[in-house]
Amino acid sequence: MIRRFRADLHIHTVLSACADLEMSPGAIVRVAKERKIDLIGITDHNSTLQCSVVKELAEEAGLAVLCGTEVTTREEVHCLAYFKDLGTLEEFQEYIDLHLPSIPYSPEQFGYQAVVDRDEKIVDLIEDYLNVGISRSIDQVEQEVHRLGGLFVPAHIERPLFGIFSQLGFIPDKLNCDGMGIMSQSIESDIRNRFMLKRDVPLVKASDAHVLHMIGSGCTVFEMNEITFDEIYKALKCIDGRKTFIE
Amino acid sequence: MKVSELVKELNLKVFSGREGLEREITGGYVSDLLSDVMGNANEGEVWVTLQTHRNVVAIASLKELACVLLVSSLEPEQNTMEHSNEERIPVLGTSLSTFEIAGLLYQKIKN
Repeated sequence: MIRRFRADLHIHTVLSACADLEMSPGAIVRVAKERKIDLIGITDHNSTLQCSVVKELAEEAGLAVLCGTEVTTREEVHCLAYFKDLGTLEEFQEYIDLHLPSIPYSPEQFGYQAVVDRDEKIVDLIEDYLNVGISRSIDQVEQEVHRLGGLFVPAHIERPLFGIFSQLGFIPDKLNCDGMGIMSQSIESDIRNRFMLKRDVPLVKASDAHVLHMIGSGCTVFEMNEITFDEIYKALKCIDGRKTFIE
Repeated sequence: MKVSELVKELNLKVFSGREGLEREITGGYVSDLLSDVMGNANEGEVWVTLQTHRNVVAIASLKELACVLLVSSLEPEQNTMEHSNEERIPVLGTSLSTFEIAGLLYQKIKN
């Protein structure tokens, strides 16, 4: 039976230097539940390392998690990538690690990149700066995500920086996108007109929350049977009566 | 000045698009945001950038730029070079940084 699920698929945790320290796994789950969200996407910059703890806590609270990352391509396009299971998530983490340039930075200035456990205890501090482009092109990243069976969604396409249009002028032909991310304050028809996106390109509105109060400020509704990766895929592709729309 | 003359004078590498080497240069534009180049670059300009994606050539062609000049020893992707050959827009390279090559370009073009 088709049901409606509210999803906010672009949320940062304390692991992202630019996110607030209050973005702990427990706090994200609590606020998402309070705001009647059914599915959250965990997408830290160039890292997947906080996903499993959030997923664990969320599932205990009856909240579903789509594990992923917001990867920065060589052209400095931010792209959301989501994976079906922790195995492929880990494989993609290895891909990022292989191609992430080592850039020294000052956590005092730019923020700490902390991996925390379920009790908010810091278990790791990432030393390489994560808010940088990896050495692979958007096409290469898209191919790797799909090789691993993941979903590839360019993030906040309307942003004047780090969006696919600002960085690349237009969507490269042959780039296989499963959706296009838009910001919480944007209006679907404006975005479709401005970038000439047809009806069959699914837009995924999400909060891009870096602070707790932003969680759920942008949501996409998924009409599907249940919250599984395959159902999410089918909803994005409008298969068998499933679909998505912007709240 | 023609692109071929600039190549000689600044000792630039020609990656692709040789058929466009006789294009005339009218000025220069420096940017790594392709949307900015789409909006603001003018016909006949040399585009200095560190972006190597094939969209660079599509935009250079759309704006009828003279050539693309990649900085800091960056190399174009394979399909960027193929597209450049098709569009006859040279993709050039230099080991110099954006700052250094822009300074040299300015002297050559504005004088």
